[in-house]
Amino acid sequence: MIDFTEQIPPAFTKYVLYFQFIPSLLKSLAAFTILSTGFLLVLLLTALFGRIYCSTICPLGFLQDIINYITKKIKKRKRRFEYLKEQKILRWSFLAFCVVLFLFGFAIGINLLDPYSIYGRIAGNIFRPTVIGLNNFISSILTNFKIYSLYPYEIKSFNLIPFLITISFLILIAYLSVKKGRLYCNTVCPVGTLLGYISKYSFFKIIIKDEECLSCGLCERDCKANCIDSDSKIVDMSRCVMCFDCISLCPTNGITFDYKKSIKTPEPELVEVDESKRNFLISTGVYLTSLSTILAQVKKQIVVTKPSTVPIFRKYAISPPGSQSIKRFNSICTACHLCVSSCPTQVLQPSFLEYGFTGMLQPRLNNKSGYCNFDCNICSEVCPTGAILPIDIEKKKLTQLGVAKFIKENCIVYTQRTECGACSEHCPTKAVHMIPFENNLVIPEVREEYCIGCGACEYACPVKPYKAIYVEGNPIHKTAKKNIEEEKPQQKVDYKEEFPF
Amino acid sequence: MKRREFIKKGLQAGTIIGASLSFPGFVSNYIFKENYSLSGNYDLVAIKGGEPDKMFDEGIKSLGGMKAFVKKNQTVVIKPNIGWDANPERAANTNPKLVARVIEHCYEAGAKKVYVFDHTCDDWKRCYSNSGIEKAVKDAGGEIVPGNSESYYQDVEIKKGVKLKRDKVHELILDCDVFINIPILKHHGSTRLTISMKNLMGTVWDRGYWHRTDLHQCIADFSTFRKPDLNIVDAYYVMKKNGPRGVSLADVVIMKSQIISTDIVAADVAATKLFGMNPDDIQYISLAHKLGVGTKNLESLRINRIIL
Repeated sequence: MIDFTEQIPPAFTKYVLYFQFIPSLLKSLAAFTILSTGFLLVLLLTALFGRIYCSTICPLGFLQDIINYITKKIKKRKRRFEYLKEQKILRWSFLAFCVVLFLFGFAIGINLLDPYSIYGRIAGNIFRPTVIGLNNFISSILTNFKIYSLYPYEIKSFNLIPFLITISFLILIAYLSVKKGRLYCNTVCPVGTLLGYISKYSFFKIIIKDEECLSCGLCERDCKANCIDSDSKIVDMSRCVMCFDCISLCPTNGITFDYKKSIKTPEPELVEVDESKRNFLISTGVYLTSLSTILAQVKKQIVVTKPSTVPIFRKYAISPPGSQSIKRFNSICTACHLCVSSCPTQVLQPSFLEYGFTGMLQPRLNNKSGYCNFDCNICSEVCPTGAILPIDIEKKKLTQLGVAKFIKENCIVYTQRTECGACSEHCPTKAVHMIPFENNLVIPEVREEYCIGCGACEYACPVKPYKAIYVEGNPIHKTAKKNIEEEKPQQKVDYKEEFPF
Repeated sequence: MKRREFIKKGLQAGTIIGASLSFPGFVSNYIFKENYSLSGNYDLVAIKGGEPDKMFDEGIKSLGGMKAFVKKNQTVVIKPNIGWDANPERAANTNPKLVARVIEHCYEAGAKKVYVFDHTCDDWKRCYSNSGIEKAVKDAGGEIVPGNSESYYQDVEIKKGVKLKRDKVHELILDCDVFINIPILKHHGSTRLTISMKNLMGTVWDRGYWHRTDLHQCIADFSTFRKPDLNIVDAYYVMKKNGPRGVSLADVVIMKSQIISTDIVAADVAATKLFGMNPDDIQYISLAHKLGVGTKNLESLRINRIIL
């Protein structure tokens, strides 16, 4: 995430992210492979030992622990936690919100609440730029001494809304963790709720031993999950995040991690699902769906400053290679932004409304900040959820994400009658080639069948404010034709021939 | 040789050496053209039939060896074409073997430091590594420098520019003692060919400005700013169509040629003819000739033609 120097090979992330619950679950739904079985192991772990995922695997949990640790150091007075009542309805609502939306084909619920994806966005949108800023500062100093070993990294695009959403999540989570410990994990997080209810029946549990407990309340005071009620000697396993702080703190051996059945479980009755509430959630889902389709209909206009040129209207956003179709991509991507951080050309940028409301924050190709490098499939290698499926590089080179559209009235060759051809220069398949125009000039022409929609032409086009060439996304990716010119045989040269001058 | 001639020539040589020590780059830019008494007697060398490094070894002799250009403790900047994420055989970038050999010559001549950079079109890290140039430079002891950050570029005035009056140029170009330009000869979709002058486009920050402000004139204008001390045109692998990026190996012809000259316009004219085109069809060549950057009349130059 933070590694902008591309030192870590993209394939490495597969192993690091193996245990991330939501990505792994989604990947298995998208394409089941051995590498996507991490979520099964997490379920197994939970069934055996409780929410180990939340204490050691989840990066957001880890981040909260760091925040907690820092506040502990800063604050002079010792912080105290106390047992809080479980917000059962809230917990199930958040989980249901994600599941229902997902079943309707929208990843937005998971997208917003999955802890891994939230962490991914925080790391990608806040930590990474911070590190880059620091790097650029140091490198600018070194450059003065003609040392070029550290180089500045240019951030080519800033996406305000996704940034604001991310930073508000960070603030919210930091606030919750400072004030109430792991409240996010215990009340909001859908993974926490799901794993929590499994860990209620886990084999090993945290147990308060009646005979050895002094009722001193130390464990409750230090329980960041607010799940120990020391008065009634109850540990709510559904909320316990398995930090084991209580065990190490207990002055006696009054609290243990054991496989015995816990003596008391809080509120033994099962959760009743309120019909009306369920209906509300479904109708909310339907409402959001229709809203998003309406918003998607609103054509996106790109900067209006100079009325003399032709503005660009893009009907569809461009989804990354390997995502196969916008619909498929929108339903699986959790917007963890790992691909955004890994993309070497920075063409992948978080979206706002380009995919419609429900696709918010999901990455799309932004040809203003870069273009999809021909010989690159890194995004498909790093994607942990399978929203971008692994794609072979040769196949990728023929995958048509969109099609370049040429607007002659905006083109320099047409408006100023001078040479340009920047678009054709950059085109890797020569789908954009130059054909004769007036006075020995050449003007671009798009051969759509060869175009793969990489956006190099659009990126290179120097016209302002509207480009003279742009890529219209394909809602369903197609296969481009291979440029047959490639097959012509090589010319022979006589090296002994005299020079032509 | 008469005694009088001997004294005259000795004095000339002395002045040249003295001048070169006090004014770096002076020799190659001015005096060298006027005085032919050093071992190199030619303005332009064309070589054919060898490997890139061998051809350079042979060719540079006719220009007096690298010592005529690089003096002890000088810093050298080499600007190859590393524009594209493609391997050397695709002929989109300068041949790494040639770049490495030039660096070695510079160090042999006493250079303190040799920098290599390009403002690439594709992602620079991929260009640097896949072109093979990054490795070649490091192996030869040179330093490869990034060119894709605006912070490296300094605002300069282009006094003789017709349309291009100001631009942002990479600081190494401004700071160096010796500037060596190593373009690759290849087809270009809009300017027809890219050679020495077009290669300088990789030393400025905003190429888009050139594209929308009369590309040919900007190329010619910029070549008045800082003429490279030496131009080495790599024509070993030559991209005959689909340039400048190329689509596949079918675009490439193995020509095993090289052109070396201190005159950037002459180098481009010779390379154009080698490619099989008429220099008058490449607008920026005539425009640069008009601006007095160099000459497009090869007849007025002493050319050494070497076939290995």
